[in-house]
Amino acid sequence: MERLLEVRELKKTFYKEKKPFVAVDRISFHVDRGECVGLVGESGCGKSTTAGLITRLLDPDAGSILLDGEEILDWKPKDCKKLYRKVQMIFQTPQDSFDPRRTLGDGILESLQNQGMKRRAAEKRMYELLEMVDLGREFAKRLPHEVSGGQCQRAAIARALAPNPELLICDEATSALDVTVQAQIAGLLKKLQRERGLSLLLICHDLALVQHLCSRMLVMYGGAIVEEGAPDQVIQNPAEEYTKLLVESAF
Amino acid sequence: MGRKKLIFLGALVAVLLAAAAFAEYLTPYDPYAQDLANALQPPCAAHPLGTDRYGRDMLSRVIMGGQTTIYSSLLLVVLITVAGSAVGIVCGYFGGKLDAVLMRISDVFLAFPGMVFAIAVASVMQGGVMNAVAALACISWPRYARIARSQVLTVKSMPYIHAARLSGSGTAKILCRHVAPNIAGPVIVTAVLDIGTMMMEIAGLSFLGLGAAPPTAEWGSMMSNGRSMLQTSPWVILAPGAAIFLTVMIFNLFGDTVRDALDPRQRKRRMEDGPVA
Repeated sequence: MERLLEVRELKKTFYKEKKPFVAVDRISFHVDRGECVGLVGESGCGKSTTAGLITRLLDPDAGSILLDGEEILDWKPKDCKKLYRKVQMIFQTPQDSFDPRRTLGDGILESLQNQGMKRRAAEKRMYELLEMVDLGREFAKRLPHEVSGGQCQRAAIARALAPNPELLICDEATSALDVTVQAQIAGLLKKLQRERGLSLLLICHDLALVQHLCSRMLVMYGGAIVEEGAPDQVIQNPAEEYTKLLVESAF
Repeated sequence: MGRKKLIFLGALVAVLLAAAAFAEYLTPYDPYAQDLANALQPPCAAHPLGTDRYGRDMLSRVIMGGQTTIYSSLLLVVLITVAGSAVGIVCGYFGGKLDAVLMRISDVFLAFPGMVFAIAVASVMQGGVMNAVAALACISWPRYARIARSQVLTVKSMPYIHAARLSGSGTAKILCRHVAPNIAGPVIVTAVLDIGTMMMEIAGLSFLGLGAAPPTAEWGSMMSNGRSMLQTSPWVILAPGAAIFLTVMIFNLFGDTVRDALDPRQRKRRMEDGPVA
């Protein structure tokens, strides 16, 4: 399979009152085209920081991130638009990921118009995207607080799909939702991955979800990747102390 | 209840603004025409608020003075709101050295007793309403910069800002489209509450002879002219004094009601009661 994303020796340190804290400690991993990779670990282990680094919302101290063989860390902030055509992200709290003063449709249109689409064409495409995530046309006119968490997350997925990305990073995309809605969103992601050949990087702490969706999983602890393998194998025979703990507490 | 109050006070504010806008057409006499034969007339049918020492009709001068005072204070508030929030947004969003430098400058202004500094600036720049506005603007923007900055610090780490960046929006677009509208609430409330204060400060500078130059009708300078005649012809000082008192009170009450209406906790309570019309 073709390499889509390759992360090498990535490191990020935060400073809190001059005290350094290594959030991501020289991690290396890769995501192949069309593959779904799960990244699991407890809160504060550096999962979300990793997502921020891949999307250039944060700048790493060291390491390299290759997208289709190109080093994205060399790109100037202006060139990052190129990156966002290939990599998109959905966030943990769907309601906060839309501007509270703008409609869901506006949020999706912003992305389409930034790609240079004219208003008319963008609107047409927006309704297609809403349909793709099983939302009716009326949702375009709703504000984020006027819809449920699940509906909002669907709209966020529609927005993320707007540039036709190749990699979708889901940063705890289902954690804030009800169990039944979680299953629906998981189903939608699975469908999109299958039908569009989308690669997924699923950041979460729900082992069952990872087992259901992913072909490979990475376990992160204290900023480092401690274990890697097929979900069934990792969950049944955890090699690391931390993974054992994680599996025990989940099942 | 709160809604009715808002409408009532809003209507009063609208009346004041309209009176100031159309002052030229509302004055019964020319506010600048002197008539020494009728100087210092007490209030009567022909001159409801009496005349001043040059025989100018006080009612006409109070109406005309309203235009100067109300519009210069509105201009001042708009100026400091826009300039202060622009500085605050830039500081809060970009941080770093620029933020440190601009915030230290604003600290210097905040550490100074405001009115004293304004008097110093106004006297260096000499009289005139616009110079008084400029002097007060110099000392008043830092408060807005502080408020805007602290709001931006909470807004800029919200996921929707990251989402906008991932949508391919540049920094300028993010600041105008997502940051500015979402910090506007507290800034606007402060601005509305400040109109009354600014009006007092402009009138204060004029009272000291550092604002409007004679013969311009302005409430502060009119009071200053009348202060030597307080015992013999009190209406000369009482008419503009009452005008300042009433106008500042109306704007302050309006500001309070606007704040209550925009208070998120109150809005939430109203939403729980039922949909807001």
